[in-house]
Amino acid sequence: MQWEAVIGLEIHAQLATKSKIFSGASTAFGAEPNTQACAVDLALPGTLPVFNAEALRMAVMFGLAIDAEIGYRSVFDRKNYFYPDLPKGYQTSQLFHPIVGLGHIDIELANGAHKRIGVTRAHLEEDAGKSLHDQFPGMTGIDLNRAGTPLLEIVSEPDMRSAEEAVAYVKKIHAIVTTLGICDGNMSEGSFRCDCNVSIRPKGQQEFGTRTETKNINSFRFIEKAIKGEIERQIDLIEEGGRVIQATRLYDADKDETRSMRSKEEANDYRYFPCPDLLPIIIDTEYVEAIRATLPELPDARHARFMEQYGLSDYDAGVISAYRDTADYFETTARVAEDAKLAANWVMGELSKFLNGNNIEICNSPVAADILGQLLARIKDGTLNGNAAKQVFEALWNGETDVDQVIETKGLKQVTDSGAIETMVDEVIAAATPQVEQYRAAEPDKRGKMLGFFMGKVMQASKGTANPGQVNKLLKVKLDALCD
Amino acid sequence: MFEKTLAELAQGLNAGDYSSVELTQAYLDRIHKEDSRYNSFISVTAEQALEQAKAADALRSAGNAGPFTGLPIAHKDIFCTDGVRTSCGSKMLDNFIAPYNATVVEKFNAAGAVSLGKTNMDEFAMGSSNENSFYGPVRNPWNTDCVPGGSSGGSAAAVAARLTPAATGTDTGGSIRQPAALCGITGIKPTYGRVSRYGMIAYASSLDQGGPMARSAEDAAMMLNVMAGFDPKDSTSLEHAVPDYCADLNQPLKGLKIGLPKEFFCAELNPAIAASVQAAVKEFEALGATTQEISLPNTHLAVPAYYIIAPSEASSNLSRFDGVRYGHRCADPIDLEDMYKRSRGEGFGSEVKRRIMVGTYALSEGFYDAYYKKAQQIRRLIRQDFIDALQQIDVIMGPTTPHPAFKLGEKTSNPIDMYMEDIFTLSLNLAGLPGMSIPCGNTAGLPIGLQIIGNYFAEAKLLNVAHQFQQATDWHLQQPADLFPATHNTTEAS
Repeated sequence: MQWEAVIGLEIHAQLATKSKIFSGASTAFGAEPNTQACAVDLALPGTLPVFNAEALRMAVMFGLAIDAEIGYRSVFDRKNYFYPDLPKGYQTSQLFHPIVGLGHIDIELANGAHKRIGVTRAHLEEDAGKSLHDQFPGMTGIDLNRAGTPLLEIVSEPDMRSAEEAVAYVKKIHAIVTTLGICDGNMSEGSFRCDCNVSIRPKGQQEFGTRTETKNINSFRFIEKAIKGEIERQIDLIEEGGRVIQATRLYDADKDETRSMRSKEEANDYRYFPCPDLLPIIIDTEYVEAIRATLPELPDARHARFMEQYGLSDYDAGVISAYRDTADYFETTARVAEDAKLAANWVMGELSKFLNGNNIEICNSPVAADILGQLLARIKDGTLNGNAAKQVFEALWNGETDVDQVIETKGLKQVTDSGAIETMVDEVIAAATPQVEQYRAAEPDKRGKMLGFFMGKVMQASKGTANPGQVNKLLKVKLDALCD
Repeated sequence: MFEKTLAELAQGLNAGDYSSVELTQAYLDRIHKEDSRYNSFISVTAEQALEQAKAADALRSAGNAGPFTGLPIAHKDIFCTDGVRTSCGSKMLDNFIAPYNATVVEKFNAAGAVSLGKTNMDEFAMGSSNENSFYGPVRNPWNTDCVPGGSSGGSAAAVAARLTPAATGTDTGGSIRQPAALCGITGIKPTYGRVSRYGMIAYASSLDQGGPMARSAEDAAMMLNVMAGFDPKDSTSLEHAVPDYCADLNQPLKGLKIGLPKEFFCAELNPAIAASVQAAVKEFEALGATTQEISLPNTHLAVPAYYIIAPSEASSNLSRFDGVRYGHRCADPIDLEDMYKRSRGEGFGSEVKRRIMVGTYALSEGFYDAYYKKAQQIRRLIRQDFIDALQQIDVIMGPTTPHPAFKLGEKTSNPIDMYMEDIFTLSLNLAGLPGMSIPCGNTAGLPIGLQIIGNYFAEAKLLNVAHQFQQATDWHLQQPADLFPATHNTTEAS
C-alpha cells in the first residue's frame, strides 16, 4: 500500500527578553543552579506574576511576520499539573485566546516548488525548570533558573507530508525568529526546540490516522531522523497488523529511535482555566502598527533581494538569508569588497569552515565582516591570489587586523612579473625530467590534467604568490613546445 | 490604655503620655497573660515589636512621626512577614519562615507601625468559624464557648479582647465582615484591587482582598490610608487615586439614600438580628437618611456560584504546596508520587482537602462548562444586580450574618450549614464591591453586625456612614464582660 505521512509541529522558541515573562529575574543561560530564580519563580506563597510587555512585543512581531491574525484581546490560562520543576503546580499559558492566531509561511521543496504551511496559532507561555537526575545519588536536583523564561509556542497545521518538508518548515521558522531578533535560535541550549506530531494514512484517504507526539527534539538533523524513523515505525506496525497508539514519545539521539513516554490514558487532565492573577492583555491597532514599522527585512524578502541585487544563486541567497547575522555579515563584506559573489563564496566557504570548526557564532567571528571585505578587495584587485588570501585569512583569524600589513610582512603579494614567473617555470621543468617525459608520452587530450603537478611545483617555489593564470598559461606553452 | 482606639492612642503618643515601647510592652504582656483564653495569636513577635517600637519612638523624638508611627497592630498569619513564620493556619506551612514582606506589611512598616504578631485563622482562609486552624480554634471573647467567625477569627477576637488595638484581615467570601460581626468590631473589605494582594497567601485570587479590622470606623479609615493603593507587583491592583479616608468621616448624612435588599431579610434571618438592623436603619433615618426597599434577585445563587469559583481557584493556587521547595514534606518518600500524596495528605486539613477536591472536579474536562463557566455567568448577573441597585441609592444595608456567633462544633459536621453563614457577605466578593460590618446590637450577650455596601471605590463613603453611626450610638464601644478579670486588672485599664 502507498502510505502518506501527516506531520504537524509545535515549536517552542525562547523569547530573547532580558527578564522572565512574569518576574524580574534574568533569563541568561548557564548560571549556577537556582541563582536566577526569584521569589516569584520559586512560587513562594503570596507571590504574584507581572507580565513582561517585551514578550508581548516579540510575539506580535512574530504574528506580523507570518501574516497572522493578531489577538487584540489575549488571555493567560493555567495549565495544571504536578511536576517538581514546575514550581506553581501549573504552567501559565494561553489556550482559549492566544496572542497570535492563524497565519502561514512558505517553504521551498527539493524540486524548487513552493508550499504554503499554515500556522494555527502562536501563544505565550512560561518555561519550566530542569530536573537533574544524575548529580545526587538517590535524589533529584531541581534547577529553577529556566523557570519562567518566556516561550512562544508556535503550532503548525498538519500540512507537512514528509520529514524534508518538516525540516524546511522548522528552518524557515528558525530563520524568521532569529531575523526578528526575538529568539537566539540556539538549539543545543534549548532556546529553540520542536515537538513532532506524526501519523500515517493510506494515500488518498482524507481522515487522519492516530498520531504520536515526539517531544523536545533540538536539532534539524534529529527532527528529520526522528520523523523518518517514526513514519517507518508506524508503517511497519500497521503492515504487520498492529495499530498506532496515541502516545507521547521521546527521541533518543544515541539510538536514533523514538520510545513511548506515556500513553493517552496516562495523560493529565490539565484543568485549564483563565489565570485570575493576570488581566487579559488588550492591545490596539496603534500598538500593532507601531511594531509593524519596526519589523526588519524578513528572510523571504532578503532571499529575493540577494538574488536580484547581488545576482546570487537561489541556493546561496537562501543559505545566507536564513540567519540574520549571516545575512548582515555578508552584506557588509560584499559592500567593502565590492564583489557580492566573492563575498558569498567566502562567507559560505572559508569563514563558515573556520566558524564551524571552532564552534563560534558568526556574530562573534574573530574576523569582522569589514575586514574580510578588505581581504576580498585585495583578491579582486589582483594583489592576492586565492591561495595567498587563505593564508592572510588565517592570520586575521588568529588576531591580525590589518590586511595590507599581513600581505606585506608575509610577502604574499601576487607575483605577476612575467620574467620572474618564466624563470620559476623553466627551473621547475628542468628539474622534473621524468614528469616531462610522461607529459610528452601522453595523449594530447590527457596532458591538461598533468599540468597540475607542474602548477603545484611553481606555486610552491613562489610560496603561493605567483599568479596562477599566468603560470598555467606559460607552463602549457613551454611543455607543449617540448612535445613537438 | 487597652480601651483606647488607634486614634486615641496616637494622641497619647503625641502628648507623651506613654512611649511606643511602653504601649507595645503593655500589649505584649496582655497577650501573654490573656490569649490562652482565646488562642487568637499563632505567633507573638515580641522582640521585633519592641525594636519597631524603639525605632518609632526615635522617629517621634526627631519630630518625624506620621499618623501611624508607633501604633501596635497584628497581622493575620496569611500575610508574609520577613523572617517570621507565616503559617496560613496550616501544618503545611508550620515550618515556613517567609523571606519577604507582603506589600501590606511593608506599607505598615514604612508607616512606622508596630507588629505584635500573627493572628490565628482558618487554614488557608477556608472557613467561617476559625475551627479549621492547625493551631486550634479561636474562641469568641464574648462567649468562649462560641466561635469568633472566620477566616479572620484570630484578628477579630484579638481586637475584641483588646489584645491589639487593630489587626489586618482578608476577605474572600466574608472573612473580614463575618468575624467582625460575630466579635462586635468594625471591619471593611475594600473594593477588589484596592489593597495589594502581593505577599498575601492566595486562597481564591479573583475574590481575595485584604482590609482593616478595628474598634471603630475612624480606626479602619486610618488603617486603610496605610493599606490602599496600586502595587506594581500585583497585576490586579488598580491604579485609582487613594483619597484620605479620614477626611470625610464627619460629613453629615442628610439625604443619604439607603437601599434595603428584600432578599437579605429572609426567613433564615435570626429575628433579633432583623430587629437590630431595622433599629439601626431607624437611627440612620434620624440622621437624615432616606430608605427604600431594593431587590438583588440573584442573591440565592451567590453561595453555589462562590463554592464553584473559590474552590476552583484554590485547587490551582494550592498546587504549589507540594513538599518540593518549602513547607511540609513527608518522611522518607519512596518515590515522587508518594512524596506528593503524603506531603499534601499530611499537610492539609480536611476543609482544605474538601475544597481542593471540589475545585479539581469543577475544572475537569467535561465539567468545566457546567460548573466553572456557569458560575462565572452567575457572577456577572450578581454583579449586575448590584450595579443596577446602586444607580438609585448610595449604600445598601442589611445584616452581615444570618445568625450570631454559634457554638464551637455546632456546624462542623455539616459543611453546607457552615457555608450558609456567608450568604449575605460573599455576593460582594463575587461583585468585587466594598462592604463593611459594624456592631449594631446584641442578642443573648452576643454582638450583631450591620453590613454596609457601597459602589466601587466608595470606601470613604462607607467609612463616613459608619463613623456617623458610631458618633450617634455606642454599640462599637461595648465590650465583652470579663475582659479584665479582677486578678488581672491593671492600672492602665481606665
